[in-house]
Amino acid sequence: MHGWTGKILRINLSTGKITTEALKTDLARNYIGARGLGTKYMYDEVDPTVDPLSPENKLIFASGPLTGTFAPSAGRYDVVTKGPLTGTIAASNSGGAWGPELKYAGYDMLILEGRAAKAVYLWIQDDKVEIRDAAHLWGKDVPETTEALNTETAADAKIACIGPAGENLSYIAAIMNDMQRAAGRTGVGAVMGSKNLKAVVVRGTGSVTVADKTAFLAAVGKASTMIKEHPVGGTGLRLYGTNVLVNILNSIGGLPTANFQDGHFETADKVGGESLAANQLQRPKGCFSCIISCGRATKVSNPKYKGEGEGPEYETAWGFGPDCRIDNLDAVIKANYYCNEYGLDTISMGGTVACAMELFSRGIITLEDTEGLELDFGNTDAMVEAVRLTGLNQGFGKKLALGSYRLASLYGHPELSMTVKKQEMPAYDPRAVQGIGLNYATNNRGGCHVRGYTISPEVLGVPVKVDKDSIDGKAELVALFQNLTAALDSTGSCLFTTFGIGAPEFAELMTALTGFAYSGDSFIEAGERIWNLERLWNLKAGLTAADDTLPPRLLKEPIVTGPSKGAVSRLPEMLPLYYGARGWDANGVPTREKLNALALA
Amino acid sequence: MSMMLMIHPDKCTGCRNCELACSMEHEGDFRPKASRIHVYTWEREGFSVPMMCQQCKDAACTTVCMPKAMHRNPANGQVELDAAKCIGCKMCVQACPFGCASWDFLGSQILKCDTCGGDPACATICPTHALEWVEDTVSAQARKRSFATSSRTPFAESDHARLDRKNPSDQS
Repeated sequence: MHGWTGKILRINLSTGKITTEALKTDLARNYIGARGLGTKYMYDEVDPTVDPLSPENKLIFASGPLTGTFAPSAGRYDVVTKGPLTGTIAASNSGGAWGPELKYAGYDMLILEGRAAKAVYLWIQDDKVEIRDAAHLWGKDVPETTEALNTETAADAKIACIGPAGENLSYIAAIMNDMQRAAGRTGVGAVMGSKNLKAVVVRGTGSVTVADKTAFLAAVGKASTMIKEHPVGGTGLRLYGTNVLVNILNSIGGLPTANFQDGHFETADKVGGESLAANQLQRPKGCFSCIISCGRATKVSNPKYKGEGEGPEYETAWGFGPDCRIDNLDAVIKANYYCNEYGLDTISMGGTVACAMELFSRGIITLEDTEGLELDFGNTDAMVEAVRLTGLNQGFGKKLALGSYRLASLYGHPELSMTVKKQEMPAYDPRAVQGIGLNYATNNRGGCHVRGYTISPEVLGVPVKVDKDSIDGKAELVALFQNLTAALDSTGSCLFTTFGIGAPEFAELMTALTGFAYSGDSFIEAGERIWNLERLWNLKAGLTAADDTLPPRLLKEPIVTGPSKGAVSRLPEMLPLYYGARGWDANGVPTREKLNALALA
Repeated sequence: MSMMLMIHPDKCTGCRNCELACSMEHEGDFRPKASRIHVYTWEREGFSVPMMCQQCKDAACTTVCMPKAMHRNPANGQVELDAAKCIGCKMCVQACPFGCASWDFLGSQILKCDTCGGDPACATICPTHALEWVEDTVSAQARKRSFATSSRTPFAESDHARLDRKNPSDQS
């Protein structure tokens, strides 16, 4: 095989049995890799009603066919499992250099089963695979763990690990790789913790091969040029990172503020990408094979929040900033560093602190509940301390570690959790941007922007501008973006490549690399197949159309101030249209015809 | 005058596209371990430095090479490896103070930058121009100018400079 290595590594942590098996070629072709292929293996092997934190749940690390090549910004891998936060199928992807290293070691996927009797880590050197004791690493944070493992294995080994949050089974725990990159969403870090697995260390000496080198070089050259010439993919993201969006979203009144009580924040500029570039930014960073370089190597010298590391992304700056009514960028970055060090998802962490602040401001929780933490909106020090306590599972942090839905439910107010399918929504207000709300509501892993990023056309005008306030055509737009993203995620590519290229270019890259013929249409169809398979999993897991919704606030309470004052989400009008556009019945169940057409029946 | 590969670590994002381009150019597939250039990253600081053969004038690898496979080409100033003469003794690997000659056990070969025959693929692909293929004289000027530029603001705003501007008469 070309592109794919053609081999899967399977490890049962309960028995210690280590085996390899051939990748099924037809599955690779139809589900591509990473998110799609991992989901197919989960669907075939795991009961969707499984307890996510039980040994019966599996944890899959899956690279894509483009991973490890120099296709532009395509070095990613996905963690596929049943997510404890959402109860849905989970696929969290991450950049860095870990995914490519897995392929150089010879594997497209690593499937982990069972539960180790004690803390262990995996040391994979090509064909040599060891399950090693990790007692000395348990309790260490992510940078400490990474450095210790690089010392005791190999300096050039790549490390994916959990921090204390994953060990303590926090529902918002991430898996971190290369110290600073996160497979953050849906609580995948807790699944790793539940298996007593501290880290997966990989070093590979092999190669990824190409079916048609001349065609592949031409396709890469074309795609790279298109991205470099794009104002966002080529220039904007390197200059200001994703955080350039703070001012853009605020200017249209779509920046959720104070736990989505409002859509506009007066001093948002202080936590934006321009401010970051002028103050804390050291230099742009790139993941493996990246030509975009949106990563932010930053340093805070303010003694109170001192530190260095990577971040913040836009959603992080928003979550710890405007969503908590905070405009102190040093503090926001410190909260980000804590998340990286303890292994927490920044979006869910930010949304959970914001929810706790609203509970506190309404008197639903008191100083007694928070163990002395004064969680008023705008209390910078309390926000940072809340994140630290969550990472270490101490004090009120034990409750924050549950995520906002379970936290708010504990106190009888689940409606104050700004979540979809129990996962915190990111930084785009569905009242100000109609399509993104439909995407949140129907997203297969709950409140998530990256799997149907309609912000591109609705706000940024990429590839064409559509009216953000209109619901016309949004059902089809959302479905198309969801399908395209499912396919490109599965190649190992970064979503930001769509600031330059689309389905035809991905099809060219895939065809030249693998030798299998893809067209733009068949590529998007693969994405639709993957989306429908995820839907089938969720339906079998017990989710229904009733879960395809937004918090009642967004449907009933208009935005109070700013350019989008008065707006609410028109989700109830869009949802039936979306089911229709997808070929699903009125209950959101894929029809027999649709499943036949996608070869899923 | 000859050409050299100039590195600018301040511009390097750690993406390793150079390693992939090098591997594809020489081996026809993507195998970073066979690349002649490698990027080292310090993740805590987010700082990366690419390393490849420095084409030394007084090159240890040529001195220790018994069969004279590693030699200097006077025409272009580069240190070149004649694979036909190489006996694989790995003396060059042990001698290079930069670690930029290495042994590839899969390909049974010495890995050393050959500048792709005068058009290095690593510099071509580098998305941030952290690697540049430039005339060796021009490169030094560019580095000097770059340092001067980065120093301009702090020098101009230093207390000393301000003091001097305020009290010109004090300067005697």
